[in-house]
Amino acid sequence: MQAVTKTNTNSWIEVGAVADIPKQGARVVRTKDGDIAVFRTLDDEVFALRDRCPHKGGQLSQGIVYGNKVACPLHDWKISLDTGMAVAPDEGCAARFPVRVEGGKVLLSLIPEEGCLNA
Amino acid sequence: MKEKLVVIGNGMAGIRAVEELLKLAPDKYEITVFGSEPHPNYNRILLSPVLTGEKQFSEIVLNDDAWYAEHDITLHKGKTVVDIDRRKRVVKAADGTTAAYDRLLLATGSIPFILPVPGKDLPGVIGFRDFADVEAMLMAAMDYRHAVVIGGGLLGLEAANGLMKQGMKVTVVHLPDALMERQLDAPSARMLKKSLEERGLEFVLQGDTEEIIGKKRVQGVRLKDGRELTADLVVMAVGIRPNIELAKKTGLYCERGVVVNDTMQTYDPAVYAVGECVQHRGQTYGLVAPLFDQAKVCANHLAHFGIARYEGSITSTKLKVTGIDLFSAGDFSGGDQTEEIVLQDAGAGMYKKVVLKDNRIQGAVMYGDTMDGAWYFQLMRDGTDVSNLRDKLLFGQAHLGDAGHGDIKTRVVAMADSTEICGCNGVCKGTIVKTIVDKKLFTLEEVRAHTKASSSCGSCTGLVENLLAATLGGDYSTAPKKKPVCPCTEHSHDEVRLAIRNQSLKTMPAVFKTLEWKTPDGCNKCRPALNFYLLVAWPGEYVDDNQARFINERVHANIQKDGTYSVIPRIWGGETTPGELRALAEIAEKYEVPTVHITGGQRIDFLGIKKETLPAIWGDLSKAGFVSGHAYGKAIRTVKTCVGKNWCRFGTQDSTTMGIELEKMTWGSWTPHKFKLAVSGCPRNCAEATIKDFGVVCVDSGYELHVGGNGGVKVRATDFLCAVKNPEEGKEYCAAFLQVYREEAHYLERTAPWVERIGLSYIKQRVVEDAESRKLAAERFYNSQRFSQVDPWAERAMGMDKHEFIPLKLVG
Repeated sequence: MQAVTKTNTNSWIEVGAVADIPKQGARVVRTKDGDIAVFRTLDDEVFALRDRCPHKGGQLSQGIVYGNKVACPLHDWKISLDTGMAVAPDEGCAARFPVRVEGGKVLLSLIPEEGCLNA
Repeated sequence: MKEKLVVIGNGMAGIRAVEELLKLAPDKYEITVFGSEPHPNYNRILLSPVLTGEKQFSEIVLNDDAWYAEHDITLHKGKTVVDIDRRKRVVKAADGTTAAYDRLLLATGSIPFILPVPGKDLPGVIGFRDFADVEAMLMAAMDYRHAVVIGGGLLGLEAANGLMKQGMKVTVVHLPDALMERQLDAPSARMLKKSLEERGLEFVLQGDTEEIIGKKRVQGVRLKDGRELTADLVVMAVGIRPNIELAKKTGLYCERGVVVNDTMQTYDPAVYAVGECVQHRGQTYGLVAPLFDQAKVCANHLAHFGIARYEGSITSTKLKVTGIDLFSAGDFSGGDQTEEIVLQDAGAGMYKKVVLKDNRIQGAVMYGDTMDGAWYFQLMRDGTDVSNLRDKLLFGQAHLGDAGHGDIKTRVVAMADSTEICGCNGVCKGTIVKTIVDKKLFTLEEVRAHTKASSSCGSCTGLVENLLAATLGGDYSTAPKKKPVCPCTEHSHDEVRLAIRNQSLKTMPAVFKTLEWKTPDGCNKCRPALNFYLLVAWPGEYVDDNQARFINERVHANIQKDGTYSVIPRIWGGETTPGELRALAEIAEKYEVPTVHITGGQRIDFLGIKKETLPAIWGDLSKAGFVSGHAYGKAIRTVKTCVGKNWCRFGTQDSTTMGIELEKMTWGSWTPHKFKLAVSGCPRNCAEATIKDFGVVCVDSGYELHVGGNGGVKVRATDFLCAVKNPEEGKEYCAAFLQVYREEAHYLERTAPWVERIGLSYIKQRVVEDAESRKLAAERFYNSQRFSQVDPWAERAMGMDKHEFIPLKLVG
C-alpha cells in the first residue's frame, strides 16, 4: 500500500518486524484511539486496518487471512485488506492506515486514510 | 487486443454465461450478443404470471438495456443469426449484420413442437414459448372467447390457466389418459384434474388431434374420434425441442441437441453451447437450474480457467398455477427394485408419494401439501439412507423433532410478510421475498449472500428454498450433483479426502497444487477443512497449520462478542472435588473473572478473560492440575455422567467411572465438528445420553451404546448401535466409531446429519458386525491420540505462540 501524500513523514512509527506477524495472519497495534490490525498475506504483503468489523465491531485481527481478504471471526463478513471494503453484497468498511515495509521493518502511520467513517 | 466473443441467443442461459464470464474475466472479451426477440434478456419462466396478469413484462426483465451498455456489450435485438462461417469465424444475421468471433457461444434455446397436422399454420395457432406468444394470447383473449390448449403438461396447464384468467373458455386436449404424466402419477393427476375442473377448465383426455380447422383463422379442432371443439385460439404445448437448426446448418455435430462435452464445448473447439439447445451425456434440459450450472462451467472455460466440469443435474418441478401446490422430483415411475410409500387424503386434497430404491429416495410426488418438497429433494440429492426415517418420512421434516422450526402451520406461502424465517439473523419473509425480486436471485447461495437468511445454523434452509420456489414460480431447483468444498475448488469433500490418502498429499500446498485449487491459499472455508483432513490422514506427521484455524482453535479459547474469551477447564466426567473447586475459586478471584457459569456439559466456565491474560490464567490452572476442556473446538467436548450405582438407588452400573475413562481416552482429539458424550447409569437417562454424539445407557445386563444424537438447533435422538457387556468393550466401540467419523464425515458435519447421510447400517457394519474393522479403527484412533493428548494450555502457559497473546506494539 502506498503512503498518502497528505501523511506527514514524521508520523511513521516502527511497530515491529514483518517476521513478527505470522504469514496469513495479523497482529494488533494498540493505540489510545483504538486497535489497528496489521496483516501479512501469504506473499508477504502488509496491510493495516482499523481492527473493527463494520458489521458488529468484531476484531478483524483475529480472523482467517486468505488472498487479500480477512474473514471476521464473529459473523464471517469478508473484508478486502487492500481497500478496507466489505466484500459484496455486504456493505461497509474498515479504515485503512498507511503502512510500508523498509528493511524488514513495518512502518505504520496512525492517521487513517480518508474515505471510511469507521476509522 | 481483446478476443471476440459472439453469443447467439439473448436468453437466460446465454446471458447467464456472459454474467459468469464477466465475474471471472471482465476484460477478456469484446462481447456481441444476437437475439431474435426484440427484448432484452427476461425471465422466461415467469411468462405464466405475465399471462395471468399477476406480473408486468417489465417486472420479469433480468438485464435491461443499460446493463448491456454498462458492460460494453454490443446487443443486436431482433436479429436472427442465419449463418455461421466456421472457417472464417464470422456469423451473419438475417438483416445482413455480421460479427467476427474468436469464440462462439450458442444459446439458441428451444422451440415449441408443433404437431404436423393440417391447419397448423392457420392464424391463431401458436406455441407458448416467448413474450410474443403471450402477447398473442392476451390479444386473442380480448377479441375471442374459445381457446383450446393442446397438451396437458406443465406448460399447457399454465397457458390454459392464464387464458382462463383472461376470461376465455378453455379446453385442454391431452393425448395420454392423465395430466402431466411425466411429473405425476395417476392419483395425483386425478386430484389435479379435479381441482382445475372446479376452477372452470375443461379436459379431453386421450384426445388425439387430427386437424385444425378454419379458413382465414382457426375455428376449431377436430379429434380422431370425430369430435369437434370450437376454438378461436389454439395453443400448442405438446413439448419443446432443442433449436439446433443453425448448428446443423453450419455442420456442428447434433443429435437431439447440439452435442457438448463436460466443458460445454461442441465438436468445434471454438464453439461452445449452453442451455436448452444442448445435449449433454445424452440428456437435454428444460429447467433453469441446470442451465445455470452449464453457464457457470462454460464461463470458466471461456475465461481460460479450464477446471470446471458439468456432470449433469437432477431436477424438480413445481406447477405455477396460483393456489395449486404440486411438486415432483426424480424418477417416481417405480419398478421391480423400488418401493413406494404413499399418504393420501382425498377429502383434504392431499397426496404424497415417495419412491425408494435401496432405502434412498429416487423420486417424489406431492399434491396439496408441498411443504417438504425441498427436504425430499435434498435427501434425494444427497443419497441419504432413509431407513430410520421411513415411518415418519411422509409426515414431513416437522415431525422429526425439529425444535421451533418447520412447524407445518408455518407454511411459507400463507405466512405474513413479518414472519421471521431466519431466527439466527432475524430475517423476515417480506425481506427475503423483496430481495429475491429486487436483486433477481435464483439460488439459495444468492439469498444467503444478500439476506443472511439460512447462512448461520441452516435450520431454515427448507423454508428459504420454499420461498424461492414460491417467489420464482416453478422451475426453481438446486441441482449440482456434487457439492464442492467451497468456491476455491470443484472437488467435493469426499474427493479431497480420497486424494489426500491415495496420492499421499501431506501438506496444504500439495493439495492446492495437485487438485488445481483456483486460489493461491484457499479461503476461510477450505483451509480449516483441509487442515483437519490432513491431520486425520497423517497423524504425527502433518504439522498443524495454526493460520488455517478459526480464532477459537488458534488460541484455545472461545471468543465472545466483546472480544474477550471464555476459559473452560476439563472436569473429567463432570466429577470434581472440594480441592479443585477451591483452586478454581482462587483463580477466578485472582483474575477478577467477571462471570462464572456452569455449562450444560457439567463444566465451569470463566467468562470475560482478556486475551493477554489467557496464558497466565492457564498457567495457574495447569499448576492446579487442570487441562484444556476444548470447549472452543471442533473436538471432544465433554463426557457428562450421572452418579450411577455408587449412590443412586436406581443405578445399574458405575456410569461415572466409565464416563471418566471415556474422557481420558478421547480428550484432545480433533473431530469434524464438536463431539459430546454422556454415560447414564440407568434408562432414566439423567445424563441425557440419547442426545449426544456417543451415549451410553447402562442397564442391568450391561451397556447400551447409542450414536448420532444432537441437542442443538435440531434435536435428534440417538440411534441404538448395540449393547456390550463391559466398559472395556464400550470404549473400543467408542474409539472405532469416533475414528470412522473422523475419517469419513465432512468437515463441519455433526454425527447426526452424518449418520443420516451414510446410514446406520453402514456404521453398524464398520463398528459392530466386522470385529476386525472395529479393532483396526480403534487402533488408528489410539495411535492418533498419542500425538493429540498434549495440553495446549500448558504449552502456551510456557510461552508457545506468544505472538498470539500480546500486541505487536503499544503506542502512546
